Amino acid sequence: MVTLTRTTVAGREKVRGRHHRGESLTKVLFVLPAVVAMVALFGYPVVKNLLMSLQDYGLKTFFTGAAPWVGLKNYSTVVTDKLFSDAMLNTALFTVGSIAFQFAIGLGLALFFRNRFPLSGLLRSLLLLPWLLPLIVSSATWRSILEQDSGILNRTLLKLHLIGDPVPWLNSPSVALIAVIGVNIWIGIPFNVTLLYSGLAEIPDELYEAGQLDGATGWRAFWYITWPNLRAVASVLLMLGVVYTIKVLDIILGLTGGGPANATQTLATQSYEKSFVDFRFGQGAALSNILIAISFVFAIFYLRGTRRAVDE
Amino acid sequence: MISKRIAAALAGATTVSLLLVACGDNGGDQSSASGDSVKSLTILDYYNNDPDKSLVQKGLDSCASKLGITIQRETVPGDTLIQKVLQQASSKTLPDVLMLDNPDVQQIAATGALAPLNDMGLNADGVIQGMVDATSYEGKLYGLAPVTNTIALFYNKDMLAEAGVQPPKTWEELKAAAKKLTKPGRYGIAFNANATYEGSWQFLPAMWTNGGDETDLTSPQVAEALQLWVDLVQSGSASKSVINWTQGDAKDQFAAGKAAMMVNGPWQIPALEKTPNVKWDVVTFPLNKPDQTPVAPLGGEAWTVPLNKDQAKQQKAADFVKCLNSDENELAWAKARFTLPTKTALLDQYAKEVPSMKAFAEQVKTARARTGKLGDKWPDAAKVIYQAIQLALTGKASAQDAFKQASGG
Repeated sequence: MVTLTRTTVAGREKVRGRHHRGESLTKVLFVLPAVVAMVALFGYPVVKNLLMSLQDYGLKTFFTGAAPWVGLKNYSTVVTDKLFSDAMLNTALFTVGSIAFQFAIGLGLALFFRNRFPLSGLLRSLLLLPWLLPLIVSSATWRSILEQDSGILNRTLLKLHLIGDPVPWLNSPSVALIAVIGVNIWIGIPFNVTLLYSGLAEIPDELYEAGQLDGATGWRAFWYITWPNLRAVASVLLMLGVVYTIKVLDIILGLTGGGPANATQTLATQSYEKSFVDFRFGQGAALSNILIAISFVFAIFYLRGTRRAVDE
Repeated sequence: MISKRIAAALAGATTVSLLLVACGDNGGDQSSASGDSVKSLTILDYYNNDPDKSLVQKGLDSCASKLGITIQRETVPGDTLIQKVLQQASSKTLPDVLMLDNPDVQQIAATGALAPLNDMGLNADGVIQGMVDATSYEGKLYGLAPVTNTIALFYNKDMLAEAGVQPPKTWEELKAAAKKLTKPGRYGIAFNANATYEGSWQFLPAMWTNGGDETDLTSPQVAEALQLWVDLVQSGSASKSVINWTQGDAKDQFAAGKAAMMVNGPWQIPALEKTPNVKWDVVTFPLNKPDQTPVAPLGGEAWTVPLNKDQAKQQKAADFVKCLNSDENELAWAKARFTLPTKTALLDQYAKEVPSMKAFAEQVKTARARTGKLGDKWPDAAKVIYQAIQLALTGKASAQDAFKQASGG
């Protein structure tokens, strides 16, 4: 009797064990596609890029497969390059300038569209237009708009007597960066409006009604009700903005190609040039890793910010 | 429970098939290596727009039928060719016959990817020296170009006649003519000085004609040539936008009557023929001093044979390149595509038959290859050249200092 029960217990345990193994196999199989996708699409490129930046990876490597190990030489080469500090400064100016104006204009428009008025829905969807255009199309169009002699912008300004001489938007090293930032602001506004508008919609109307009773209207309502409630959305938006803007390549390539006289070179354009014009893939990878490291710092801020928001 | 298991199995299966897809597509195309059984060749080039695309196809087809083979041709946009070649090289799927822009031949040959043509019964006898320089690497021939091109000075006949200006022969005349031809809404001259290799290429006629050399870019001759560009822009005879223009933009300005002269190549002729009201002619690039001879850079593409384990196929590909470079095909392509034959013996006859190409035919005889002296180091020099041009034209450096600044620290 006793032995019999023992065996049945043992048998049941064995069954359960098999069952367990089957279950964990099931779990593994479920996780596997995601793991493979992560490793293939994120892990491999990042690791490969890191390795590449430590190798003399050039034209020859593609044919012979040989990429001699050079340690940190690629990094020291790109950092001591005479264009590096300019590219760094331009990247900072481009990122800060773009985001400050995108955000300010985006917030203004979002607040404006909070007021319902005829056709507001239509106007708001028209605002999305810059976002829907392929970037290469946008930059080609802007290139012709900003043309010094025959561009529509200069012609209009001249006709309105706002300027005496045509402005060399893309032809002067001192103006080109401003023009490029301007175009990038135009492209970034829809993203900012959309997110801020939905952030505003989340704020319950009761708060404003209660505020009104306490005399918080207009500016005060914005400062004490809207802004504190919008803070979480705004911080996420700014962090994402930095990460998106710091790596902008296509707009600059389409507008100026980094010129004139390297006035609009950023880390991203330099990285592209090193890799695909000079075929020094090792140096290009080193530059892009520096770029990734900078974005990563902001990404950490972003992740900490969102975690706090979730905790709250 | 069962459905969960099925789902898991499906997920696993998906993963496996994804991996298989990723690993696949590597085999195949390992055709037989036996004697004369080569039936087809793969070809890669960048003539991806008509009319060039179909005109080149004709030449390829006629050679294919002569050799009794079929061809599989792939065309890609010009600026993506090298990336495509690199990609194919790393996956060992290079075509049997590969077209390369002539300044790239040495760079690719230096990687050991190409087969030397001398070993397969090909030679460059009778080909202009500039092109032989471009397609040879360390004493061996790696490519042959059936046709070539170069750049010279186009001018609008009506505008020059109206202003009472003769086509310029010297730089002084060029500057004076450009100034006289400039009026509101029109510039005297258009050229391309953008920050790419194209900008360097357009500068070479001035630099080389004046005795400048890519081995010493800080010489006074090179600075003098740059001063010509600076003078043309600062006097307002050329648009300040030249620093962003491509050669296509320069052609558009010329065709729209917004420029009276332009530095450009014969490949623009088909486009110019679409605006018949613009009457134009071409002269060789003006000289700084009367005793100089015009020296322009050689353009055009060479056909090469990537190394192939299949010896029979490699030999067939070499035969194919030889056929493309026959006198007959050189003349056919030159006439149809407004290019020039690369054999000296064919040039004079050709200039007689196609008068609009006379100035180019003259210019090609003395033309130089960009990679003739520096070989695969040419891109570094070309980069210094276009950066110096940008510095000088934007006023960030004088023509004397620009090259020092662009090449130095």
